[in-house]
Amino acid sequence: MDAIMLQEKLVERLLCPRVRTARQKEKQYVGFATLPKQVHRKSVKKGFDFTLMVAGESGMGKSTLINSLFLTDLYKDRKLLNAEERINQTVEIIKHTVDIEEKGVKLKLTIVDTPGFGDAVNNNECWKPITDYIDQQFEQYFRDESGLNRKNIQDNRVHCCLYFIPPFGHGLRPVDVEFMKALHEKVNIIPLIAKADCLTPNEIKKLKDRIQEEIDKFGIKVYQFPECDSDEDEEFKQLDKELKECTPFAVIGSNTVVEARGQRVRGRLYPWGIVEVENQSHCDFVKLRNMLIRSHMHDLKDVTCDVHYENYRAQCIQEMTSKLAQDNRMDSPVPILPLSTPDVETEKLIRMKDEELKRMQEMLNKMQQQMHKDQ
Amino acid sequence: MSVSDVARQPDNGSRHLSLAGHVGFDSLPDQLVNKSIFQGFCFNILCIGETGIGKSTLMDTLFNTNFENFESSHFEPQVKLRAQTYDLQESNVRLRLTVVNTVGFGDQMNKEDSYQPVVDYIDKQFESYLQEELKIKRSLHNYHDSRVHACLYFISPSGHSLKSLDLVTMKKLDSKVNIIPVIAKADTISKSELHKFKIKIMSELVSNGVQIYQFPLDDETVAKVNTTMNGHLPFAVVGSTEEVSIGNKMVKARQYPWGVVQVENENHCDFVKLREMLICVNMEDLREQTHTRHYELYRRCKLEEMGFKDTGPECKPVSLQQTYEAKRQEFLVELQKREDEMRQMFVQRVKEKEAELKDAERELQSRFEQLKRLHADEKASLEEKKKLLEEDQSVFSKRRAAAQLLQAQSLTANGKKDKDRKNSGFM
Repeated sequence: MDAIMLQEKLVERLLCPRVRTARQKEKQYVGFATLPKQVHRKSVKKGFDFTLMVAGESGMGKSTLINSLFLTDLYKDRKLLNAEERINQTVEIIKHTVDIEEKGVKLKLTIVDTPGFGDAVNNNECWKPITDYIDQQFEQYFRDESGLNRKNIQDNRVHCCLYFIPPFGHGLRPVDVEFMKALHEKVNIIPLIAKADCLTPNEIKKLKDRIQEEIDKFGIKVYQFPECDSDEDEEFKQLDKELKECTPFAVIGSNTVVEARGQRVRGRLYPWGIVEVENQSHCDFVKLRNMLIRSHMHDLKDVTCDVHYENYRAQCIQEMTSKLAQDNRMDSPVPILPLSTPDVETEKLIRMKDEELKRMQEMLNKMQQQMHKDQ
Repeated sequence: MSVSDVARQPDNGSRHLSLAGHVGFDSLPDQLVNKSIFQGFCFNILCIGETGIGKSTLMDTLFNTNFENFESSHFEPQVKLRAQTYDLQESNVRLRLTVVNTVGFGDQMNKEDSYQPVVDYIDKQFESYLQEELKIKRSLHNYHDSRVHACLYFISPSGHSLKSLDLVTMKKLDSKVNIIPVIAKADTISKSELHKFKIKIMSELVSNGVQIYQFPLDDETVAKVNTTMNGHLPFAVVGSTEEVSIGNKMVKARQYPWGVVQVENENHCDFVKLREMLICVNMEDLREQTHTRHYELYRRCKLEEMGFKDTGPECKPVSLQQTYEAKRQEFLVELQKREDEMRQMFVQRVKEKEAELKDAERELQSRFEQLKRLHADEKASLEEKKKLLEEDQSVFSKRRAAAQLLQAQSLTANGKKDKDRKNSGFM
């Protein structure tokens, strides 16, 4: 109750200069300034979900990074394959789902892993299982959305894909370019430089510039941070600018806690020093975490829904109508929905009713003409 | 074959004597050494590894020079090899070093044929040495030996295990060259991870039957060191040509925000071990192994392919000359046979052609005869017609003559008749 009273007073002060005349009569307030709080309350009750895909060669530190990002251990009993087993390996898709909670906010986090990517000797079209998986999720959502009962739609669409670029080369490799080009219109790609503790600061800068150049050269559309509004404060704008200049992020992950400078931090212990994962001067891990979780998670979901999914949907419908036009060669007044096979009967019924309607319409027209003539 | 091999051959039937004083042939090794220094040494290293893994930097660090290598692009369509030769000198020892680097290794989408250019290069070097050896007038002591003596295979520090490409390539190369695997960019692996990684790599190599180079244990002076080093394989190295000041010295190192990795610090990486083993202790052994094991294997396979054997069909030892002579005879016989065959074929063809021509001639002849007959027939019939025509003509002219005569007679008769009439009229 107290909170509401406080809010009322705030609202009053806000609305003060504009409703001076109204104030003379009676203290009136509308109260819609509490909307943000209502949204907050409802969303906390509903809970959030987020699907994150990680892709990259094995040994790039993907699992370690995910564990560091979400401060859990998602990969408890993992079996790694030997080199000879990987000669002809195909890419698998493995999903791990965990429910985590922080200050009353529930998050259902799904990590989609792609073991085997880039590991075989012949890597032609090794991303096909991945694009198929993403398309499958889109198709599933499309079906659910067009269905009759839409109460409990599960959103399994992939919201973000972290792509791990090896730091041992001079820039992007052909497999990196091909993968990103195959996926950049289906999912938000965030390229990362993995295992950045083998690069000195100069080398990191050079590699980042090189990768950025190659991304522009090959026309790869990676995830772009939204422009911040002009009326945001300077500090936020500065942070945003720094973030944009820092891409691709050079990250280091760690599963172990070490003692550094009197504190216990996540890090890697070397004979020549300790790399702290959360130290901004050591790597961009903090920037990645802030961007991915603390500020842009919802934007990633929005872009997936508004851009990638809509593109998929439009393309799907176009294909369907063009196919149908070829099959039937007539315009059907009823928009054809992607109904699943159990509803084939209803489709038949609809078509029959359609034809009946047409016939009746023709008869009507005839009768009208006759009447016209008689008159 | 070096002097040491001759000495090791078993001496059957020679007595062992002891010397009464100092003779002086213990200076033989020194003489050999002097000669070798005068000649100069040569060493060829092949570096295989992905683009950007640090091959050129490691070579620069190992030999303390700048070999001026430029960065390669990741978008090479095929694997290529680039060989560069340098002349180095340390105190009074001259070394002709050839460094062969792979370009574009591991970058292609389909890496099934990536090992082929490397195997082809190694075989080519063996082949040119074999050719030189088999020449009649040869100069082996002057020959620049380009055979690959050591192959440094750079393993990417993933921390888990070997890559599939690494396994496939090493399996193809282990019988052709001394492979020394190294873990590149080792400053990204912590000590505990490194230990596990090394064990995993060695076990994978063993379980797949890949034979990497083992440091020799037969020489007591270096056996102990070599045994320890064999246990540290593969070496985890860090290369750097930049110098950082530590204390009051300038050392080769890499400067990170969290510390400095010193290349020559044994706690930090195995660079010193690699340099020791590769250059200081076992360089000569690498050359010997290349010559006695890998080259001999190549030579044997090559000659067997050509059909040479060490023992003849009755299991008697056959020398190379005999086999060569036999082959030559065989070849000549074959040549003769071929020649005969060709000649026969030629003769046969000629006969056939002749027959054909004869047939044609005969046909033409008969045609000619036929035509001639036809001609004669025509002529005869024409003659006949002519005769008939002439007859007709003569008949016609006779008739005409007769008709004229008749006409003339009838005229006169008419005239007479008129006269008669006139005359009769009187009567």
